[in-house]
Amino acid sequence: MSTADSTLPISDPYRLGYRGPNLARGHGGGGPATKRVIVGYGFWLFLLSDIVVFSCLFAAYAVLADATAGGPRARDIFDLDRVAIETACLLASSFFCGLATIAVAQRNQILTQAALAITGLLGLAFLLLEASEFANLYAHGDGPTRSAFLSGFFTLVGCHGLHVTVGLLWLGTMMAQFLAKGFRPDIGRRFLCFSMFWHFLDIIWVAIFSLVYLVGTRL
Amino acid sequence: MLGRLGWDAIPLDQPIPLIAGAVVMLILLGIVAWVIARGLAPYFWNEWITSVDHKHIGIMYVLLGLVMLFRGFIDAIMMRSQQALAFHAQGYLPPEHYDQIFSAHGTLMILFGAMPLVIGIMNFVVPLQLGARDVAFPTLNSVSFWLTATGALLVNISLVIGEFSRVGWLPYPPLSELRYSPGVGVDYYLWAVQISGIGTLLTGINFVTTILKIRAPGMTYLRMPMFCWTALASCLLIIAAFPVLTATLAMLTLDRYLGFHFFTNEAGGNAMMFVNLIWAWGHPEVYILVLPAFGVYSEVISTFSGKPLFGYRSMVMATLFICIVSFCVWLHHFFTMGAGGDVNAVFGIASGIIAVGTGVKMYNWLFTMYGGRIRFTTPMLWSLGFMTTFITGGLTGVLLAVPPVDFMVHNSLFLVAHFHHVIVGGVVFAVMAAMAYWWPKAFGFRLHEGWGRAAFWFALAGFYVTFVPMYVLGILGMTRRLQQYDVADWHPWVLVSGVGIVILIGGVICQVAQLAVSIAHRNELRDLTGDPWDGRTLEWATSSPPPVFNFAVLPQVKDAEYYWEVKRHAREAARLGREPDYEAIEMPRNSPTGFVCAFFATFVGFALIWHIWWLMILGLIGAYATFVVFAWRDVPEYIIPADEVAPIDRANREARQEALAGAATT
Repeated sequence: MSTADSTLPISDPYRLGYRGPNLARGHGGGGPATKRVIVGYGFWLFLLSDIVVFSCLFAAYAVLADATAGGPRARDIFDLDRVAIETACLLASSFFCGLATIAVAQRNQILTQAALAITGLLGLAFLLLEASEFANLYAHGDGPTRSAFLSGFFTLVGCHGLHVTVGLLWLGTMMAQFLAKGFRPDIGRRFLCFSMFWHFLDIIWVAIFSLVYLVGTRL
Repeated sequence: MLGRLGWDAIPLDQPIPLIAGAVVMLILLGIVAWVIARGLAPYFWNEWITSVDHKHIGIMYVLLGLVMLFRGFIDAIMMRSQQALAFHAQGYLPPEHYDQIFSAHGTLMILFGAMPLVIGIMNFVVPLQLGARDVAFPTLNSVSFWLTATGALLVNISLVIGEFSRVGWLPYPPLSELRYSPGVGVDYYLWAVQISGIGTLLTGINFVTTILKIRAPGMTYLRMPMFCWTALASCLLIIAAFPVLTATLAMLTLDRYLGFHFFTNEAGGNAMMFVNLIWAWGHPEVYILVLPAFGVYSEVISTFSGKPLFGYRSMVMATLFICIVSFCVWLHHFFTMGAGGDVNAVFGIASGIIAVGTGVKMYNWLFTMYGGRIRFTTPMLWSLGFMTTFITGGLTGVLLAVPPVDFMVHNSLFLVAHFHHVIVGGVVFAVMAAMAYWWPKAFGFRLHEGWGRAAFWFALAGFYVTFVPMYVLGILGMTRRLQQYDVADWHPWVLVSGVGIVILIGGVICQVAQLAVSIAHRNELRDLTGDPWDGRTLEWATSSPPPVFNFAVLPQVKDAEYYWEVKRHAREAARLGREPDYEAIEMPRNSPTGFVCAFFATFVGFALIWHIWWLMILGLIGAYATFVVFAWRDVPEYIIPADEVAPIDRANREARQEALAGAATT
């Protein structure tokens, strides 16, 4: 049966709050959204779910923050200088990721590759600094098995580090795809997701920096 | 080389799991051999295993769910028979085996039975009802399904290699910590649930995007069928709740594998944190299951009463009300664990309030039936059975939400009876109704009514005989999960409950017979019009089974229940509207990505359970390689030309025209 017949009268019983037809695609009655919107929207939802994962880890850290079991407290182990450099690296890498977005919009292969390479190198620097912090703690016997507080700390910060690692893997794949496939629409959508992911890691890091490191050294 | 895995992992001294495993293996090998011998292997590979068509994925989900439901039901039979025999005796199941059975029963029924069934129905129905060609991310959908299948496979592997968890369907620490559960059972649970949980999360993301972003033109929010609303609410809950499960189980995993101290007794760990976190997922999970079930009943009751759903807008509001409040009641799962009177009062009141949303729905269904021309088909019977059963279960739930009452009957069979009343009466009945209701849409022929009714009456009677005695037993003080007991007062009620499960077996037999008889007589039961129930929503506007592109031309929706309006006009004019202009359709290409991902996920999961680290690394590399290969493909879509679309739609229009002419002459 054809439901595309346009000659039928309209008798919508649910008119309350109806403000006329909205013909933008992907809203109200406007029909399916564009692929770029669909992909971006779905990835936003994924990021939201990832934020829920982190919020659980934050909650667990908050619950366990005082459970040091005779081990070191937060202010005994945090080195704010190192963390400040880490933060600078990550935020700068986000800036270069933004430049890469502009380069992609301009279809400029060299600029894209350069901006992405710097993004990746800064991310790698962040990761190495974090690894050295972890190694340092291990060396002093303050690994995650020492106390519940350290378990929560290592898991929260380590989970962010794991995300950065996966992001670097993705970034490398992305660079190779731009080289091999050029600026195709589907690669562009994928890059949209990557840049959202990379900025999302900043948001999480800002929360870690404030709630774990800054608050931790004050307590 | 093989980590903890050795020959001692095979339970050679326990005949029951070995025989069961051998039988399942033989059946599976038999099916594979039959498929290859009949030359059907390419068909299954191309049309099913690598399919990204939401209808095929939905059907595979339902099949997986039914098989796991059956396995969980066998566990139920073993528990009932053990308790019937274990009065002043050992029964036939030793404690360590009995503990695995009740743990597996809960895990399988909720996570690998009910979830795949509900998600499978959503998969099949939602895009059709929205007038969409597929879900937003078809390949991701296939990945979701196969990851769920991986989880189910791991649970079932534990039957013959190693053991399953003995700590209940939720692994409460410190019992589930390495010190008290040193075996691989909890690890099987953790990795199976974790892997399938990722699949479920991806499904949630996929369907929220589908429902919010790719509805047919004109399908505004308040024109969406009720089932789509409930699916949306359920998937929003998945996105918000499943990450909590992922994080919680990850913490327990770190405790067990790397000696962390999240939930341990030592070094400042906090076991209550686990209980809070797991129920922050666990309570929404209940509504993830039951909200789509409410949607199914809404569709079935409206169709078979011949009326639009009463109070559609209040139904939408009730659904979203439940969606939000379901996050505010988790503590009622552990009133007795020391939160104190004030906190208990808040959560007790919240738990009472959430019943209001369901009450609104009940009245809406009743008023939908009021004054309607009700047809008592199988799906309608299941819906009516649901309404009575769910009200009883809901009321005992309101009782349990009162903290002082909860202190009396918590952890008893009263609780077990309550949640079976709402989950079996709510979700399983809905799945049965949905299967009978949408089967003709999926396969082009109806299910046999007689066997369907028999299955319903056996199931309803068996259900009450099994679970009503448990209320009594709970009040008599019988706690749950008892392997044996010596209280004489309990024994007769336990026996009655055992009789109930025998009646339920009758129901299962009728259900299987219904499928077998219907398939054998499919030509008599054939429906050519695509609208066997005189339906009201868009899925009945296309042929049965729907073509791969669902709709030859995307519907232009101008009304709530638009299809019903179109049909009414066609009936008055005794002819269909004019033939649409067919255009070429772009559809996603099939992809083995999901299957290959799951293949590697299975190895990663198995390797992690048995500490076979090289295999784990190999599996992870394989999974990454799969993603890269998928990302590298150049042609993700193919085009179906207009002159291939036209004849498919014309055949359906012809059948509908004949039906119209037939109706006009009689």
